[in-house]
Amino acid sequence: MSTTTATPTKLWSGGKSPFNVEYGKLMMWYFLMSDAFTFGAFLISYGTIRFSSNGWPDPNEVFKSFPFAPEGVNAPLVFVSIMTFILIISSVTMVLAVHAGHNMDKKGVIKYMIWTIIGGAAFLGCQAWEWTHLYHEGAWWGSNPFLNHDGTASSTNFTNYFFTITGFHGFHVFSGVIINIIMLIMAMNNSFEKRGHYLMIEKAGLYWHFVDLVWVFVFTCFYLI
Amino acid sequence: MEHTHAEHQSGGGTKEIWKVTIILSVLTIVELVLGFLMIGIPLEREGLRLLIKGVIVILMMAKAFYIVAYFMHLKHEIRNLIMTIVVPLALFIWFIIAFLYDGNSFKNLRNTYDPHFKEQSTIKVEKKEHKPEGGKH
Repeated sequence: MSTTTATPTKLWSGGKSPFNVEYGKLMMWYFLMSDAFTFGAFLISYGTIRFSSNGWPDPNEVFKSFPFAPEGVNAPLVFVSIMTFILIISSVTMVLAVHAGHNMDKKGVIKYMIWTIIGGAAFLGCQAWEWTHLYHEGAWWGSNPFLNHDGTASSTNFTNYFFTITGFHGFHVFSGVIINIIMLIMAMNNSFEKRGHYLMIEKAGLYWHFVDLVWVFVFTCFYLI
Repeated sequence: MEHTHAEHQSGGGTKEIWKVTIILSVLTIVELVLGFLMIGIPLEREGLRLLIKGVIVILMMAKAFYIVAYFMHLKHEIRNLIMTIVVPLALFIWFIIAFLYDGNSFKNLRNTYDPHFKEQSTIKVEKKEHKPEGGKH
């Protein structure tokens, strides 16, 4: 950071990058900011509707099942906590891949990218199971088999928001996995070695962490509170 | 381009990555413990439930900070970039307060002036049977 100690006026007087990042990374940040507003709009709209309702289903009642467990098992929060940890760990392996990229360690990048992709795929698998399970219980867009926490009839707002927001997030995870696979192939083909830097991994990493970040909010808003 | 690349090495390191991993895991576990705790608290104790929900939201913000600051490296970027990203997001403070207040106000208005809406939220219904092959076709 020795070259950036100049005063702010000098930073903007031309001749150097005022943000000290390359173009692609800056644009990735801008894209993520716009995406944050999209997700924010979804979640705030969910909050508005929830605040305008007299009752809401209990997440511990809705999300209490677990794969391969017998019918009627009561395991609230267990499955979703596994999903959360899968995504956190895949975020960690992504940072490790970026870190390996800084050190021009091709083998490390490949290893950690593979782990990240596995984590993403595992998360998508979990979500696919959960959606299928809820669908078989009768939950879908426009159909809500669950009652409110206080035993009164619930509207379809709950399922509509759940499937729309987790679906939109799941689509982000899916595209993140595709991007990570492309990065893995490029790393294996020595594309980054030839360029002399692994900055592309960093940009893919930003997107992947953002997906993890959104899940932090989705997980809290739908499953915990 | 070469020298900017070298500068990005500052900050981070595997030690920091593992530290943040542990922090995120601990925060998640605390969140889950609070979530489990809430199962046992009846709906009538609204104040306590709201308090726990508030704590969970604060923990959520802490997790978001650690992911953005350390995993996305924003803390190690220069101030110009940090402000460019963070300042527009401050709009969310207003969005959240305004829209949740609006939703709550809509609920109160309907409870006051719409007897049907009010009545619907007091009638308890029988739990529908879970058909194993249910769903809609």
